[in-house]
Amino acid sequence: MSAPNSSFDPVEVTALHPDEVQRAVDEALAAISAATTLDELKQVRLAHAGDRSPLALANREIGALPPQARSEAGQRIGGARGRVRSALEERQATLSDERDARVLVEERVDVTEPWDVRPRGARHPLTTLQERIADLFIGMGYEVAEGPEVEAEWFNFDALNMPPAHPAREMTDTFFVESADSGVVLRTHTSPVQVRTMLTTSPPIYVICPGRTFRTDELDATHTPVFSQVEGLVVDRGITMAHLKGTLDHFASSMFGEGIGTRLRPSYFPFTEPSAELDLRCFVCRGASVGNPDRPCRTCSSEGWIEWGGCGMVNPKVLVACGIDPDEYSGFAFGMGIERTLMFRHGVEDMRDMVEGDVRFTAPFGLEV
Amino acid sequence: MRVPLSWLRDLVDLSEQVTARDVAERLIGVGLEVETVDHVGADLVGPLVLGRVLTFAEEQHSNGKTVRWCRVDVGEHNEPGASEEPDGRGIVCGARNFDEGDLVVVALPGAVLPGGFSISARKTYGHVSDGMICSPSELAVGDEHDGIWVLPDDVGAPGQDAVVALGLRDDVLDIAVTPDRGYALSMRGVARECAAAFELAFTDPVHEVKQADAESWPAQVLDAEACDRFVLQSVSGLNPAAASPHWMQQRLRLAGMRPISLAVDVTNYVMLELGQPLHAYDRTRLSGPIVVRRAAAGEKVHTLDDAVRDVDVDDALITDDSGPIGIAGVMGGASTEIDRESTDIVIEAAHFDASTIARSARRHKLPSEASRRFARGVDPVLQEVAAERAVSLLAELGEASIDPGRTVVAQPVVATVVPFVTQAASRLVGVQFSDADVVGYLEMIGCHVGPVDAGAVDVVVPTWRPDLTGAADLVEEVARLHGYQHIPSTLPDAPVSSGLSHGQRMRRRIGMALAGAGYIEVQSYPFLSPDVHDAMGLAEDDDRRRALVLANPLSDEEPELRTSLLPGIFSTMRRNAGRGAEDVALFEMGHVYRPEHVGAGVQPPRPSVDRRPTSDELAALNALLPRQPLRVAIVLAGERERSGWWGEGRAASWGDAVDAARIVAEACGVVLDPVADEHAPWHPGRCAALRVGDSVVGHAGELHPHVVTVFGLPERTVAMELDLDLLAPGDEVPTVAPVFSTQPVAKEDLALVVDADVPAADVAAALVRGGGALVESVRLFDAYVGEQVQAGKRSLAFALRLRALDHTLTPDEVAAVRAEAVAEAGRATGATLRG
Repeated sequence: MSAPNSSFDPVEVTALHPDEVQRAVDEALAAISAATTLDELKQVRLAHAGDRSPLALANREIGALPPQARSEAGQRIGGARGRVRSALEERQATLSDERDARVLVEERVDVTEPWDVRPRGARHPLTTLQERIADLFIGMGYEVAEGPEVEAEWFNFDALNMPPAHPAREMTDTFFVESADSGVVLRTHTSPVQVRTMLTTSPPIYVICPGRTFRTDELDATHTPVFSQVEGLVVDRGITMAHLKGTLDHFASSMFGEGIGTRLRPSYFPFTEPSAELDLRCFVCRGASVGNPDRPCRTCSSEGWIEWGGCGMVNPKVLVACGIDPDEYSGFAFGMGIERTLMFRHGVEDMRDMVEGDVRFTAPFGLEV
Repeated sequence: MRVPLSWLRDLVDLSEQVTARDVAERLIGVGLEVETVDHVGADLVGPLVLGRVLTFAEEQHSNGKTVRWCRVDVGEHNEPGASEEPDGRGIVCGARNFDEGDLVVVALPGAVLPGGFSISARKTYGHVSDGMICSPSELAVGDEHDGIWVLPDDVGAPGQDAVVALGLRDDVLDIAVTPDRGYALSMRGVARECAAAFELAFTDPVHEVKQADAESWPAQVLDAEACDRFVLQSVSGLNPAAASPHWMQQRLRLAGMRPISLAVDVTNYVMLELGQPLHAYDRTRLSGPIVVRRAAAGEKVHTLDDAVRDVDVDDALITDDSGPIGIAGVMGGASTEIDRESTDIVIEAAHFDASTIARSARRHKLPSEASRRFARGVDPVLQEVAAERAVSLLAELGEASIDPGRTVVAQPVVATVVPFVTQAASRLVGVQFSDADVVGYLEMIGCHVGPVDAGAVDVVVPTWRPDLTGAADLVEEVARLHGYQHIPSTLPDAPVSSGLSHGQRMRRRIGMALAGAGYIEVQSYPFLSPDVHDAMGLAEDDDRRRALVLANPLSDEEPELRTSLLPGIFSTMRRNAGRGAEDVALFEMGHVYRPEHVGAGVQPPRPSVDRRPTSDELAALNALLPRQPLRVAIVLAGERERSGWWGEGRAASWGDAVDAARIVAEACGVVLDPVADEHAPWHPGRCAALRVGDSVVGHAGELHPHVVTVFGLPERTVAMELDLDLLAPGDEVPTVAPVFSTQPVAKEDLALVVDADVPAADVAAALVRGGGALVESVRLFDAYVGEQVQAGKRSLAFALRLRALDHTLTPDEVAAVRAEAVAEAGRATGATLRG
């Protein structure tokens, strides 16, 4: 460094000579653009913008200049260092972006590798189908009623107009709890819940009763000794078969699609009068297969209708046994098998699949059927 | 009931255009369940003609067979005979049950028989057989005997189309008759329904018969409840060789009965026609008056199926001086049976009590055409008509003479009168019916309807409809004849629903939560073997051994009802593992049955059903039932977190079972408190009793290795079972929102050394207690047993999070809390800070 001097020309200080400054800037800019990594750029920064860089050193020489020359030299050096700094910043940004981009590429993973650490669970479709049906009826103003599975014969039969000699009470259908005259059975249908509901509440009654039921059928492709039913019961003033039909039509179209209605056929059940068999319009062929051998339908065997359940107007004898005046109130009831509904709604071909508990059957149904 | 359409057409004036399917549809519409329509003979393709055997020569062949080389006259289908042969066809026949001059069915070349069996002229046994003489089974007509079908002479002439002449092509409706419609088990009944369905006039084939002035055979009824009408009528001199005519045989066959002999066929035919079962006795085998009575204890009956049966005092018997000669309405006796030689025949037409016959048929496992009809109720005014019809047919077809007189022992028939309000139909059906509509429909089914007075009317129901006893029954008749399809479809105006109950919502949450945690729901059967109690390792006095037993289990091996969900879900686990599933997580929610006493043997109450039962009666009924708590169980095997490309997984452990219980409890808004327990079927060192407050609501942990072996489960299977009735018995308790601090947290880790048998939960509880209000949470993050701690000791490391509601904790405050927490842990559990 030169000693302070007040008498000679600034150009005589070599480091501050415009050519020298320009050369330092050029060298710095060349080095900056030659740096290809952030590490190299760090070295360049030290060399060309650090404390020992030519421009930094030159800056210190300004003090050696005569006062009249310092301003010009200061501006020259300041401008030069500014150009170098902004070139460094620009290069820094470019190289950071390049590095980030490279790292993100390098960190790429195979997202098709399965992340099946924990297998998924599922609810049984018989459960979720019952819930779906219950929800549908809750939306129509019903409540869900329940009753015991081990049931007194009186509720299962007597109160439903099936006196002791009734054929449905034969040992061939009903599981009796020992001894055979204990008066206790595994309920053969959900209808005893009707009786319990009528005995514990008073009209208007709008209930849906899904539940487990039992009959002495051996397990095969179309039978199971333990099955589920859903029962509907309405008791109110002015209830007619038209209400029954409307309710079932709404039920059918909600479960099987718009336009899928029902058909009632006169039939016989002890606990309803009038009684009807309930058929569902085949939701696959919609009846188009009837008398049309070119378009046979497997779902309904080309009948156009699928047997779904039974229904009718609550027999006045049942109302009387439950303490409801049949002259004031009337009601309807219907019932159908959940397994059967699941079979044709979801194409289950073998009843055994629903009872064996094979996880491969249940898993695809997930949380809702 | 199988109904040949041709027979139905005789009784109802159906248009020719009406097909069997049309009839089926209309009958279904009025409530007869036509299950199938069989197109009998639809697969018979001609030429199939009547033929008369002119001559035959019997030839013995080297293969040991004897065949007949026949010349058969087939009328217009005859070929000119060679040399001295008469015109006709040459046919080889292997059967020998015919004579020259017999009328037979000939399938000529070109015919196709059932089963796609094509007939052509073919060379056999040294002749060209120019067709085939058919047996009944080859025509799918019946299987009555081997050999060819030798026809009665009156069916037609050679050359006529056999299908037409024999009525081989017909449509048969198979109707499943509901228990209330015994009447439809007759052509008379089906015809009446058919007429109503097509709105055609109906002519009842039943006409009143002339009253007889003498008995035909003495009879006495000692039990008028079992038999209110008993009619006998007889014939003499029946030609035993007389066969029933072809038309009758064919109708019997189409209806599903086998022709046997004229006398038997006539009784069956009249039963099908009118619905009145008949029984035929050989009069020469009867001794003394016929007496109808209940059986005495110890009596036996030798029935005509050659079985000697013990009868019950509830059975009604037909007896004579020799003793029992039949079980009333069910089966006749062997000693008085008619056979092919019988000439003098007594026909019995009775009306028995429906439930007596139903019980007898069930008791003796003898469901028959007769018992089916009696059990559903037979028209009580038919007996004389049917007896008269039977003897007339025997006279007409079997050259018998009708004996004078008819025995009638009968209670008067009281007509059922149902008081009816015509508007009841509109009220229940939802269709506006006029009085005239209602009266018209009721008359259509045979009711006598009195004058309508201000909407009220007395309806005398027909004798053949014992099912019509109340107004609702009459409403059904109106509705079905109007047509259910014409009932409008409307929704009732239901009140507002309060939705699912607390318990119902809770069950759904439990299912959702467990499924969300990876468990798959199963539903096991509740039937168990008593052996499972030992397999589960239950102590002799364990409550779970006290199970309900079924009187009639499907399998004698599994007569008990479950007292726990575990054996069932174990079986399901084993099935899945057996089918190759490896990491299996199952849950089940269902009821178990916990009787307080087994086989108490109390006489069950049977409250009358003509009124509401009293509250005492209801309580007595409910007292019959066991407790049926709802439970949830899980079983878990294999890896809870799978091994994979990311590294090692984690095997299912006892802790997962406890966690599953917590998942359930959280879904119920309940906090579970596990405590070590020894409880079968769990591993005694890895079993937690799950408590809510002081009551145990279930157990969880790893299964006992012995249980794992006996049930064939994967190693280290873990399980949990919770009683939901105990877990969350009460009403919904709303969750209170927590108050929490937004100040900075202070974290303190502590390692405490305790005796190895001190539960970590106790230490944690003491830290919380000691630390006081500033403790936000305490979490065990490490448990260590080994060289670094003394033998018999365990080091437990806890992470404490401390926070004040209103300020940042100072180091002094933190230190004070820490010291208090450690001190309380020391007092409560002997814990010391690890040095």
